[in-house]
Amino acid sequence: MTPVLPDGPLIDEAVGRLVRPYTVSDGRTRATSHFTLVTVVQATGAQTQGAFGLDHAQVLALCERPVSVAEVAARMQVPAAVVKVLLSDLAEGGAVVADDAPPPSPGHCARPDRDLLEAVRDGLLKRL
Amino acid sequence: MASSNDCDPLPAGVLPVGIKVLIAGGFGVGKTTFVNALSEIEPLSTEEILTAVSAATDRLDGVENKATTTVALDFGRITLSPSHVLYLFGTPGQERFWFMWDELSEGALGAVVLADTRRMEHSFAAVDFFERRGIPFVVAVNEFDGAHRYRAEEVRTALDLTQEVPVVLCDARVQSAGIRVLLELIQHLLTTRSSHGSDTDQLLRA
Repeated sequence: MTPVLPDGPLIDEAVGRLVRPYTVSDGRTRATSHFTLVTVVQATGAQTQGAFGLDHAQVLALCERPVSVAEVAARMQVPAAVVKVLLSDLAEGGAVVADDAPPPSPGHCARPDRDLLEAVRDGLLKRL
Repeated sequence: MASSNDCDPLPAGVLPVGIKVLIAGGFGVGKTTFVNALSEIEPLSTEEILTAVSAATDRLDGVENKATTTVALDFGRITLSPSHVLYLFGTPGQERFWFMWDELSEGALGAVVLADTRRMEHSFAAVDFFERRGIPFVVAVNEFDGAHRYRAEEVRTALDLTQEVPVVLCDARVQSAGIRVLLELIQHLLTTRSSHGSDTDQLLRA
C-alpha cells in the first residue's frame, strides 16, 4: 500500500510519519517571515510562481479559509516550524497573506490595547 | 470574496487576528478537559520548537549555547467575532524547563492556571513561571467531584498569591464555567491596565 499522491501526510498508523519532518522544508528550520502559532493566514488565490511542491500545495489547500499556523501544522501533522517555512515561501510568492497583527516582542507577553480586550470580552459574553 | 481563479491577491488586513491564551497547571489538573469544553473544534495538537539559552555553560567558541526542545501543544479555538479568534494553548508537561522558554509566553494575552485542591503543589511551577515573567494570570480552581471544597481565599493563601491575582472556582467540564474564567482573565487585564495607567486611560480619567 504505497499511495503515490496522498491527500494527507504520509502517516503509518504503526510508525507515525514516514517522511522526516524537515525534509518537506528542504532542511530549513527558519522562516523568512514572522509567523507565530496564532498568525492567521489565507490563500489569496493568486497564481503562484516558482516550483512549489506537494507540501506547499497541501498548505494552500488547508488555508483556503482563514486559519491559524497552529491549525495548518496540526492538520498536516508536521511541526509548526516546518509550516512556517512553507508559509514564508508562499507569502513571498503572493499565494498567501497573513493577518497584520504586530509581531510579538521576543520574550514578552502581549500588551493588548483596551479595544482588543473589550472585543474579546464582548465575544466571550455572547457565548454565555 | 474573490474567486480562487482571481489573480488579485486579497487585500491585507481583512483577516481575523489570532489571540493566544495559555492554559497551565500541573499534570492531571484538568487542562485538556478545560480546553475541550471550550473549543469549537476538536482540540488539535501541534509540535513547536522552543529554544533555551543555557546561561550556565561556558561559551568558549563564541557560539551561543542554545538548546532546542520540541514540545507538543494541545489547543482549541473560539471564534469571538469576524475579527478575533481566541486560541487556548495547553502548556507542555515538562514544567521544570518552562523558565527557559521565551516562546511559550511570547505574544500571549495572559494565562489561566488551573488548580486541584487535592494536589495544589502541581500548580506551583505555573504560578511561579507567570509571576516571574510578569504575565497576567488568573487561578481557576477545578472543583473535582469528591474533592474538599475550599474558599477562594484559602486557595490564595495556599498558593501564596498576591491580592491582585483573581481566584475563581470552576468546573472544567462545563463550557459556561470556562467562559467565566476567561472573562475573569480579561477583566483582570482591563483592571491592571487602568491601575498601571496607560496614556489613554490616564487621559480618560483626567
